This record gives sequence, C-alpha cells and structure tokens, in this order.
Amino acid sequence: MSDVRLDAHAPAGPIADQWDAHRFGVRLVNPANKRKFDIIVVGTGLAGASAAASLGELGYRVKVFCFQDSPRRAHSIAAQGGINAAKNYRNDGDSVQRLFYDTVKGGDYRSREANVYRLAQLSVNIIDQCTAQGVPFAREYGGLLDTRSFGGAQVSRTFYARGQTGQQLLLGAYQALERQIHLGTVEMHSRTEMLELVLHDGRAVGVVVRDLVTGEVTSHSAHAVVLATGGYGNVFFLSTNAKGCNVTAIWRAHRKGALMANPCFTQIHPTCIPASEDFQSKLTLMSESLRNDGRVWVPKQIDDPRLPNQIPEEKRDYFLERRYPAFGNLVPRDVASRAAKREVDAGRGVGPRKNGVYLDFSDAIARLGRKVIEERYGNLFQMYERITGEDPYEVPMRIYPAVHYTMGGLWVDYNLMNNVPGLYVLGEANFSDHGANRLGASALMQGLADGYFVLPNTIGDYLAPQLGEAPVPTDHEVFRAAEREVDERVRGLLAVNGTRSVDWFHRELGKIMWDNCGMERSTASLDKALGEIPALREEFHRDVRVLGEHETFNQSLEKAGRVADHLEFAELLCIDALHREESCGGHFRVEHQTDDGEALRNDDDFAYVAAWEFTGVGSKPELHKEQLEFENVHLAQRSYK
Amino acid sequence: MDLTLRVWRQAGPDAPGRFEEHAVGDISPDMSFLELFDVLNERLTERGEEPIAFDHDCREGICGSCSMMINGQAHGPELGTATCQLHMRKFADGADITVEPWRAAAFPVIRDLVVDRGALDRIIEAGGYISAPTGSAPEANLMLVPKEASDAAMDAAACIGCGACVAACPNSAAQLFTAAKVAHLGLLPQGQPERYQRVEAMVDQMEELFGSCTNYGECEAACPKEISIDFIALMNRDYFKAKIGNRRLAAQR
Repeated sequence: MSDVRLDAHAPAGPIADQWDAHRFGVRLVNPANKRKFDIIVVGTGLAGASAAASLGELGYRVKVFCFQDSPRRAHSIAAQGGINAAKNYRNDGDSVQRLFYDTVKGGDYRSREANVYRLAQLSVNIIDQCTAQGVPFAREYGGLLDTRSFGGAQVSRTFYARGQTGQQLLLGAYQALERQIHLGTVEMHSRTEMLELVLHDGRAVGVVVRDLVTGEVTSHSAHAVVLATGGYGNVFFLSTNAKGCNVTAIWRAHRKGALMANPCFTQIHPTCIPASEDFQSKLTLMSESLRNDGRVWVPKQIDDPRLPNQIPEEKRDYFLERRYPAFGNLVPRDVASRAAKREVDAGRGVGPRKNGVYLDFSDAIARLGRKVIEERYGNLFQMYERITGEDPYEVPMRIYPAVHYTMGGLWVDYNLMNNVPGLYVLGEANFSDHGANRLGASALMQGLADGYFVLPNTIGDYLAPQLGEAPVPTDHEVFRAAEREVDERVRGLLAVNGTRSVDWFHRELGKIMWDNCGMERSTASLDKALGEIPALREEFHRDVRVLGEHETFNQSLEKAGRVADHLEFAELLCIDALHREESCGGHFRVEHQTDDGEALRNDDDFAYVAAWEFTGVGSKPELHKEQLEFENVHLAQRSYK
Repeated sequence: MDLTLRVWRQAGPDAPGRFEEHAVGDISPDMSFLELFDVLNERLTERGEEPIAFDHDCREGICGSCSMMINGQAHGPELGTATCQLHMRKFADGADITVEPWRAAAFPVIRDLVVDRGALDRIIEAGGYISAPTGSAPEANLMLVPKEASDAAMDAAACIGCGACVAACPNSAAQLFTAAKVAHLGLLPQGQPERYQRVEAMVDQMEELFGSCTNYGECEAACPKEISIDFIALMNRDYFKAKIGNRRLAAQR
C-alpha cells in the first residue's frame, strides 16, 4: 500500500452553512501579497478562463496555456442548451435544496453532498455575474430573464442564450480574461500544449509545455498549478467533443501521482445525429433542450417501409412517454440513451442504417407555430439540415446516443485540490459534482462555479503559508529532467516510422471502447477490451507513422502524443468499469439490472469514489476509496416513472 | 465523387508557398469539407508525404477554428456556413477546387492553411468587454433588458471570430468583427458606462492592425453567422460620437 490518504476536507455542520463556515476557516493572502504568487492555469474553457480572470482580478500573477490558437475556442463554446440556476424566478417550487437534490439524484447517488450543495448555492451568483458581463440571455417581453426546462428536473430553471449558451458564457469569461491580459495580470500562451506536470518534494510546482508552432519545449514554474483541461470523451474516437479534446494533461498528472477518480462514469448523450459512414470524424450533438418540444418515437412495426409522416399515430411507439409517464421525453440522459438503444437493438431503428430513433416536432409546430420553434431552436434545425440534407421542420429528426461528457476525472477535495498538494483541478477535468450521471445544463454551471467562485476562495489556504518563498527555478533538476522526458517522448514518436497513421490507431481504440465499454458493459466485454488495448498500444509504439519534424508546426505529432496517452488511459477506464459491480448512471453493467431493465445500484458495496493510483503502464493500479455519506438525501432507486 | 484539389503548401511563415495538385477519388457526397482533408491526409501519410496542416476543432460551426479560402470564397460557396459544416454534396462530381489560407497582412501564414489570427484577440484586449469583476454583480433581474435589445445584441454576439470577414475583404479590414463586439456590448444597458471608451479603444487598435473599410460588403456575404453590416454603421456612429464626446471631456479636465 502506498501512503496516499484521501481527505475530502468536507466541512462539518448543517449543509446549508458549510460553504460559509469553510470560507471563514481558510487562510487568506492579503491583497498586497497576492502579486507575490505565481499561478499556472492550463486550459481556457469555462473553468480555466473564469478562474484565470478571477485570479488576475484578485492580483495574483497568472500564466495561462491553451492548445487552441485563441482562448476563445475551447470546447465549452459548443455547449448549446443552457445553464441551471436555483433562482426560482418561475415560482414553480425551485430552491437551492431542490437543485441540490435533483443533482445528487440525477447523479445516481455517487457524488459528494457537500460539493453539490455548494454548487447549487453558487448557481444563482453565476447568473448574476454573467448577466453583468453582458451575456445576452433570453428575455421575456417585460425585460426579465427567461428560463426553460431540461431533463431530470420538474421545474423550469435553465437559462439560455438561443442555442449558443456555451458560446456566450465562454465569450463572457474570455472577455474578462482578455481584460486581465490587457491589465498585465495574466500572461497568455496560446498554441501551447502542456506535456508534463512537475513535482518537487511531492508538490506541484510547474509544467513543461511544447510550443505547437516552433516545437520548443520550455518549463514554467509557479506556486500552484490549475488544470482545467476538460474531459476524455475522445478516448472513444467518435464523440461530440472537439477534435482537439484529449486526456493528456490529466493523464500526465495521474502518472505523477494524482489519483484518477471514477473514470468509468462516462455520459452518452441521447440526442446526437446518427453516424453515417466510416469516414465520419465526429458526432454532432443536438441540444437536449429539443426534448422540451420534440417527441421521441419509433415505428411499432419492424422495418416499416413508410416515410415517418405517413405512419399513423397508432402505429408509433412514443417509448419514453410510455415507459416514463411522469418525466416523459425529459428523463435524464442515461435513461433516455439506454431506452433508444433498446429500440434500435430490437430492430426498430430508423434511417438508412437503422441506427436512430425519431425526434418529432410536428405536434409542437402545430401547437406553437413554426415561428416560435424557429426562435427556440432555429440554429439547431439549420445545423441538422446542413449535416443530413433533411429539413427537420418537414421530416422528423433522426437521433441516436453518442459519447458526450465524462463525469470521472482527477480526484479533488472540497477545495478542488488533488491529493498532490498545489495541484487544483476544475471543470470537467475533475470528478466532483455529477456523480455517475450529469444532468443537462449542469456542466456550464459547474465549470463556472469552480472558476469564478470556488477556486479564488480556496486557493489562498494553500498559498498563504508559502509567503516569501520563491517558486522553484526552472533551471532546477526537476524541470530539466521533465524537459528531457518530454523531448525523448516526442522524438520517440517520430522515430517509429511505421506504416499506420495516428488516426488509424485512434479509430481502432474507439471501436474497442465503444463496443466493449460503451452504453452497456459486461465482465466478458471488459475482459475483451483489457486484452485488446495493451496489444493495440504495443502495435502503436511499433508501427505508428508520424511524418515531419519536432521543430515545426506538426499536427500529426500533436495527435500522436494525445493518442499515446489515450491508449494508456483507456485501460484504466476499463479496469474501473470492471471493478464496479453495479449499474449506476452512465455506467451500466448488464449483470446488474432490474427485471424491467433499469440500472441496479449496489449501495452496500459501492457507495464510494474509486480513486486510482498509477503504478506503471500495464501494471494494475492501486484502488483508494472515499466513502460517500448521504445525510441530506435519502438513498433510493431513481424513478422517473 | 472524384475531385481535383489545388492546395496551398507553405512550410513556414518565411518560406515560399506554392500550389500542390491532388487527384482525390472515391469521395462520398455526405462528407464534410474537413473530412475530405482527413481522407486526403490519410492517403498522403500512407504515401510518406507530409499531411496538409489546417485549423479545425469543434467541427460544428461554433469554435471558429476552421478557415479555408475555397475557390476564392471564405468558407466556400454555401451562405452562412463555416468550412466544417460545408458538405461535399454542394460540389459537382469532377470539380476542380482551389484551397488557400486566409490572406491578410494581419494574419501571417504559420503553415499550409494555418494562419495566426492573434490580431483579433488584440482588438478584444483593447476594450471588448464589460468590466465586471467577479463577485460584484447585482441580482440579475434588477436590470430590465428589452427583449428587442437582447435579441439584437445576441445577433451581433453570434460572431465566432473565425476571420472570414477579414479574408473576404479586398482591404483586409476587420470592421465586421469589431463592430459585432461593439454592438453586442453597446446595445445592452450593462454596456453603457464604458460604451464610448470601448468603441474608441477597439477601433483605434483595429486601425493599427488591419486595413480600412470602404464598404465593399464582402464581409457580410462571407460571414458564416450572417452578421449584418448594419452593425458597422452602428459602430461608426458610436465612434464618431466618442471622438467628439471623449475629446470634450478631456478638455474639461
């Protein structure tokens, strides 16, 4: 056993007072001393940009890195539907307590109560903050903020900016970040990728990065390192993630001792455009908000040859409304995804490859008029038409589930600090708030809560005792050694000079993962994946072909490094999935289901966070458990019926 | 489909560039334009030739990374569509397609079809924000925003910062990009306190880095988000007022 000890630092006392009490308990850095501290932030999505801007405003010296050409392009920008907040503007029974409850329940009781309650509390501040920045949220005619409802909730608490909520929230954070860059508190490095975390005396003291334009490898040191580098959905190759999204930053940290928590909790989003051909490079999400007005159905008859509009009502099976009358089309994502899979597996799929279900707007258009639907979803309908060549105002959309979000990530405590002191992890990159399944419109909420409001209030506790200490100099041996490792790794990839492209390996890995560790997992399928992944990894390092040079702009080389890390990480994901002998949220083990096919949790044996410690590539990782205590929410089987 | 691609290749910012011709056969009409490049790059790699560098990320038309000049049109022939959302069914079988990077003095070529668009970030840095330090915001519904103002602000805020407007402009002007941000923030009540400082700082920075606007209107036609050049008129009006208003205030000091 290693000497890792997990302490969540979850505060004591009544849950509603914990965040207040905790902020009073933490050490502070006085305003004049903040400029004596250097902080590195990696990633400029909602979590990274909001954290960097807020830390800069406080007076810290901040260095920010992103691999995109501009901080405005991080993948948060693609979030469509909205952001939840417990404002109760609708007078429909919402409250902080209810958002907390919905999130814990939606997460299938695998999240930490204290963190989730704080998230619900901070949700209201986020809406205030973003509105003040000029985020053009949708408005009522009287000038007040509009909301809509979303999956997993029976209240209307989702704020939105057309179908571009993520874009508008990210631009708000990006603009706040640019303001700090202008003021000189933040130094921005775009087209720069973090390739190593550097530790000294067990603490995170800096990073090694590669300039993607020149290939130059450099070290940067700081008093603390913040990773806000997003999720690992691209381990499945086909996902709704941007092409650049990758596991490298958190995997490199994991290899240095940072525990990885619940990696098997991956979310399959129910409403994506079905895959068409093998050349397909990514899957496109259609916002969950569409389920507000769209009705999901399949023909009752297998291989019904008729066009959807010619199939009469009584020959249609609105399977979500039938099976879950209380929530209907608005059941949580994991439930909706599995229900669609069941229909397609039973042969009732629609479309040329029989790999989708209908999402039909004809009732909503008849009820509300085309103009209202256009106003709500115009850009989504247009996007659908661009990709498929079909007009969703006339023909029902075809949708199917796709990998979308990853609830697992680096383990963090209540302060968002990892077991490695000085390493903070924010947003999708950490494991904290969504348990085994994230509710719609909660990712934006969590990213911004972490960046705007949690980290700026907790990081001082770690920094304060270091007052007067300079960061470890970048010519120190720990940095030199890390630079050498990076350099060797990069040159090693170029030296293989095999026969197959990086993308070929990535596709193969994706197939293994989707077939064996996707929407359904079993002992047999996971054993199969755990046999195939190391073999593919070995082949990759023997036969990959990366052309070009290290010292130039080389996109194949960038991809090769990321795929190499995905090939190591994929094994951990499957090990975690195999060890968790229960079904919960996005993790569905066929061995563990109720008679009517719903997920069957095992609270006696698995009500814990599985935090894995790296012991070497191909060697079995060591499991550490953080037991989850539920004092404010009653553990129950989720029911949306 | 069988196509002939003429693609710009350039090893680095200072290296000379040239067109390279590739016959690309067996292409599905359901492919996106970027998937065409994926396929071509796979084939190049198989042959031991270096793949073509191009910027891309979200592939759903929102991140603004992709940037290809296709047959002389920024993002290609389909109106209101970014390169990643353009599909091959819009081209005829046997077509000749020429692909170049964005061409503008403010966007130096990094490699092949990849350019440096950092100049757009400089404009935002100069003032494209509302100063609202974290934590200081009032309750959101205290401020009423007329729906019309919010909707118009959103029309402008839809800009994805891809730079097609600059690439399409014969003068390489960045008026549409700048105006979109000036209008987004200037149309909202929250943006009023800094409205005139903002427009002056942003326009002055823009003029330093980019060409001048002479009302060709190519920017609007190229914009994948169909942002209206009316916003440029709004910006010009505000800039004019700022130049007079700000000067008078300066004289009073």
